[in-house]
Amino acid sequence: MIEFFLNGQHRRLAAAPDTSVLELLRGPLAQRGTKEGCASGDCGACTVAIARPDGDGSFAYRTLNACITPAHQLQGTHLVTVDGLARGDALHPAQSSMVACHGSQCGFCTPGIVMSLFALHEQQRALPHQVLDNHRLEAALGGNLCRCTGYRPIRDAALSMGERSDTRPPWAEDPTLKRAVRDLSPAVAVEDQSGYLTPTTLAELTTAMQRHPEARLVAGATDLWLEVTQRLAQFDTLIDLRQVEELRQLEEVADGWWVGAAITYREWEPLLTTHYPAFAHLLTRLGSAQIRNRATVGGNIANASPIGDTPPVLLTLDARVRLAGPDGMRELPLDAFFLDYKQTALAPGECIAAILLPRPGDGHEQRVWKLSKRREDDISTLLGAFRWRLQEGVLQDVRVAYGGMAAIPLRVRAVEAALEGKAPDEQAFAAARRALQQSLTPMSDARGSRDYRATAAANLLERWRLTLARAALDEPTQEVTLDAYAH
Amino acid sequence: MRTLTEKRIRKARAASDAVPEALDEADRAESAGIGRLEGDEPVARDTVSPRPRRDAVRHAQAHESATKHVTGRARYIDDLPAPHDTLHAMVGLSEVAHGRVTRLDLDAVRAMPGVVDVITAQHIPGHRDIGPVFPGDPMFADAEVSYVGQPLFAVAATSYPEARRAVKAAVVEIEPLPPRFDPVAAAEAGELVRPTHRQVSGDWRRALESAPHVLEAEQFVGGQEHFYLEGQACLVVPGEDEGVIVHTSNQHPSETQKLVAEVLDIPFHAVTVENRRMGGGFGGKETQAAPWACVAALLARRTGRAVRLRLPRADDTRATGKRHPFHNRYRLGFDADGVILGGDITLIGDCGHSPDLSEAVVDRAMFHADNAYSLGAARVTGHRARTHTASNTAFRGFGGPQGMMIVERAMDDIARHVGQDPLTVRKRNLYRSGRDTTHYGQHVDQHPLMVEIIERLERSSDYWQRRGEIGAFNRASAVIKRGLALTPVKFGISFTAKHLNQAGALLHVYTDGSVMINHGGTEMGQGLHTKICQVVARELGLDFDAVRISATRTDKVPNTSPTAASSGADLNGMAARDAAARIRRRLLDFAAEHYRLDREGLRLVDGELVSGVGDVHHRVPWGDLVQAAYLGRISLSATGFYATPLIHYDRDTGQGRPFYYFAYGASVSEVSVDTLSGEYRVERVDILHDVGDSLNPAIDLGQVEGGFIQGMGWLTSEELKWNDDGRLLTDGPATYKIPTFGDLPPIFNVELLEGHPNSQASIYRSKAVGEPPFMLGISVWSALRDALSSLTDYRVSPPLDTPATPERVLMAAEALRAGPANAGASR
Repeated sequence: MIEFFLNGQHRRLAAAPDTSVLELLRGPLAQRGTKEGCASGDCGACTVAIARPDGDGSFAYRTLNACITPAHQLQGTHLVTVDGLARGDALHPAQSSMVACHGSQCGFCTPGIVMSLFALHEQQRALPHQVLDNHRLEAALGGNLCRCTGYRPIRDAALSMGERSDTRPPWAEDPTLKRAVRDLSPAVAVEDQSGYLTPTTLAELTTAMQRHPEARLVAGATDLWLEVTQRLAQFDTLIDLRQVEELRQLEEVADGWWVGAAITYREWEPLLTTHYPAFAHLLTRLGSAQIRNRATVGGNIANASPIGDTPPVLLTLDARVRLAGPDGMRELPLDAFFLDYKQTALAPGECIAAILLPRPGDGHEQRVWKLSKRREDDISTLLGAFRWRLQEGVLQDVRVAYGGMAAIPLRVRAVEAALEGKAPDEQAFAAARRALQQSLTPMSDARGSRDYRATAAANLLERWRLTLARAALDEPTQEVTLDAYAH
Repeated sequence: MRTLTEKRIRKARAASDAVPEALDEADRAESAGIGRLEGDEPVARDTVSPRPRRDAVRHAQAHESATKHVTGRARYIDDLPAPHDTLHAMVGLSEVAHGRVTRLDLDAVRAMPGVVDVITAQHIPGHRDIGPVFPGDPMFADAEVSYVGQPLFAVAATSYPEARRAVKAAVVEIEPLPPRFDPVAAAEAGELVRPTHRQVSGDWRRALESAPHVLEAEQFVGGQEHFYLEGQACLVVPGEDEGVIVHTSNQHPSETQKLVAEVLDIPFHAVTVENRRMGGGFGGKETQAAPWACVAALLARRTGRAVRLRLPRADDTRATGKRHPFHNRYRLGFDADGVILGGDITLIGDCGHSPDLSEAVVDRAMFHADNAYSLGAARVTGHRARTHTASNTAFRGFGGPQGMMIVERAMDDIARHVGQDPLTVRKRNLYRSGRDTTHYGQHVDQHPLMVEIIERLERSSDYWQRRGEIGAFNRASAVIKRGLALTPVKFGISFTAKHLNQAGALLHVYTDGSVMINHGGTEMGQGLHTKICQVVARELGLDFDAVRISATRTDKVPNTSPTAASSGADLNGMAARDAAARIRRRLLDFAAEHYRLDREGLRLVDGELVSGVGDVHHRVPWGDLVQAAYLGRISLSATGFYATPLIHYDRDTGQGRPFYYFAYGASVSEVSVDTLSGEYRVERVDILHDVGDSLNPAIDLGQVEGGFIQGMGWLTSEELKWNDDGRLLTDGPATYKIPTFGDLPPIFNVELLEGHPNSQASIYRSKAVGEPPFMLGISVWSALRDALSSLTDYRVSPPLDTPATPERVLMAAEALRAGPANAGASR
């Protein structure tokens, strides 16, 4: 049984473990305002918003793609859909703004766009003085494809929501709603766990994994669910990691931060913005708000895709992973985690519990450059991550890692060696490029050819050299990258 | 219609039983002038608007479904309620590009949970070939498969997931035959889906021989996936006799009606096709929606149950055709100023495995190989190559964009060759007096508009000042290069298949005064229904809200043309206007008699019948008038019809006037390119576009902006990639990247040209707007070439095939850095 609120109404119903939120809405709940565009979390037509009581007492509405979110993850939340915003004939500002700005043409993406605008409007209500700049607009709307309008009227709609009559949805004025949602258990009741298990402690988790060795683990589901929608996988049993207390913790230690594996990208963001701005910038180009609200770095690592965005960056930071298994915990440098294509060091019954994000050292510098066909909401064709320290004119502690250039995300030690202890001059970087060419043999696929990958990967080294050269002359480094990609 | 009803209740009174005389004669007189309405004679260029513009707010009427869109109440096919025992259909697709089917064993499929029926080609009672214009598209491949994604069989099951899983249980064995994926080789080998066509004007050989300069080059122009957000979907409900009702997301209901009837071997009148709205079409539901309706209809007739069929995105992308990729070549002679004297242009359209609409698509590419420029003495050849991919089909612009690309490439190349700014060369080549006839013999009407648009845009975008600034920037910047380009659009309006240029409408006035209009056009987001309601409201002097459109249905308006070729408002607007005008005349004739008023001074204004020429001396509310007319036994229903005049084209000579008129526009794009990574940004875009006298400026602006961004996507990030076996790798939004929010240029100045009504008698002197703005996106591609050319100090005009992905841009930059010889630059 899943117990939650839908547009202010209490709902309690059963679903198979591999049912999505979208299937639940359009099927048994007969709420067909929410559309399916792609069933892969890429187009945003199915965007809905959920709020759940956070530890800090907040109750914020976050968007997600209903097509790739497990229905059971609605447990203990308030789900808001496009059907639940208007108050009779009075439209919510997210809606009236779209009408006034001619923001819909065919209208099929519109429910999703309205929901992203709704979440943005909620943010603006909470922090009315926050400037609605391009960065925030792109963050809010980058995951909603529209094939008709070209987005200009949607941008205008977003910018003018504040000028509209602030009609609140009917449920917003129900004073008992938040409390009623809070009173729901965040985990699916044990007696109701018909194949969808929501352990709340690490001990429960490892027990569940031992009892159901065939069960898949699920956190954000943003990749796993593609197996359901695209490859028709059927899961009789799923183990949800999102309520496991130990996997939700962020612990500061002497050499950095242990970040629980079930912590979402959105939740990582403040930490990275403070300590690793280049990494934080990468997150703005990773998936969409809908994805970043759900997906976890733990999932990105465990998935072991050669084109996952965070592993190369974490490799250059000397990140470590803590693995939990039936025999307790063990730690591993991330570098030793990736074995071969989609092969990891995880033993049967083990899962990633936490990731150590090391504290940046003095004089540490970092660049992360992701190349993709489209700037937003695209998967890397290749990604280069670079970290170094410049001491007395020479490069120290050089780390270089690439994604999309081999079967796994890879540190390129030959390139590091070519630069370590060297002045960042043309000669050193020419050697680094040669080392790169000898070390990596990328492949051709839908995202790019081998030649392009090899050329661009080498050019990123040149971009790095130019960045250093400009910095040495105290010149702005913008001219070596486009503003939109600079960090 | 509460207000109208209230009026009626309040003011209803007995009406005279007098019947206007000779109504039949009046109707006959009307039908003699079909499609010709008062004041519709062609007017000279630059006249004032024939009608004063109505109040601006009403003019920029919001989309008729806007409120339903934003509340989720707008229903699409998969949202329609259906009987509880509705079945779900899914189609089994070929995994092989070319081969002989040696085994199609579906026993395991039949045994899968929930399966109710399984069909193959053997089960089709009627036509097995559902090619829309020419044969070549089997509903199910039988002996031979000709592309990956071709339907082989279909299942109906009790749920959608069951249907999807059942399809996977099929045992299919196909003996591979050599596939052909190269359209150039296909054309050379004579593997064509339709015969080659040529258009020749003057002695092109001699023009080339005597020209002081000659350049030649070739280009590849990529295809494009429609990526309508609502995928292909239909719901078929069997009727009580042999027929079906087909709800389908579909741009061409009449053709689907025909094909479903032929497949089921039943008369057309047994099939009703209905569409309220589509979640996007863009050409992808002109012919590509019918096959699924045929499959679902056959399953519905066999099982006696309603059947839904909705293709999963990856199946949709693989099974349906796309914009044609083209391989183009030019060899052009020009003078020292860069003015084209003549030459030879060859266009090879990659049509896929069957003709579909490719004859007309390649024709339209040929009709637009000149874009806005006189080619002088020229030959244009169009080949239709057959390859083993899905059959490429209609897509906004319908070949026009691909044809234009070759002459826009030539403009840049010629400019670099003669050392002039590309804009200078473009302007010199524009159609003008003395050079105002196309290579297919059509006189270019309103060509001074093109000059005016360009000159205004040049000023409003500060083209020359920015050109100077960009030059200075590029000299100082080693890695980041900026580029600027202004490109024009001249797009021909009319179906090039003459018979399609007709439309019908059906108008009912109910006794409360509310009005229902149906017409042959379909709504796919372009605002057609909004415009049609505006037309009817204007003709009858009513508020927009008094007029409604239910849905497009083949049993209301028959034998319709597809909503395509930008023609929706032009054709159906005229048909609706014709129907409304008939009703108006009937009502005014009746009123003159009934109220004993002077017929000459009667008119319908703001919801009232008004009489008197100067001082109004009599007013009758619309509701009262209608009620009186009903009691007076006046027919309150009328059909309207329209056929575009003047157009003709002779395929034997390659000459004629295929287009009623041309729509014009131009855009200026500025880009920044990172020549180390190939990444780029479109920094600023300025557009000025001609829609004649706009029917609805808000909707037209939406078409211009949306068309531009879609065109930009086609030429930049939208890349179709197949593997060596002909399997499409970019089969969904994870790999196929249409523009997203952040691709909207930070500066985007878009204006509609005002004060220039259509010189032809189109609906209220407006111009079609669906397709023409798509080609404004070409300026982005040209600006990328401009930025790359700066690497050689503008001496080399670099080739840049499309889509110009970061990969292509980087590889072009690398080639230029390695030296012009490696860049494959134009000779």
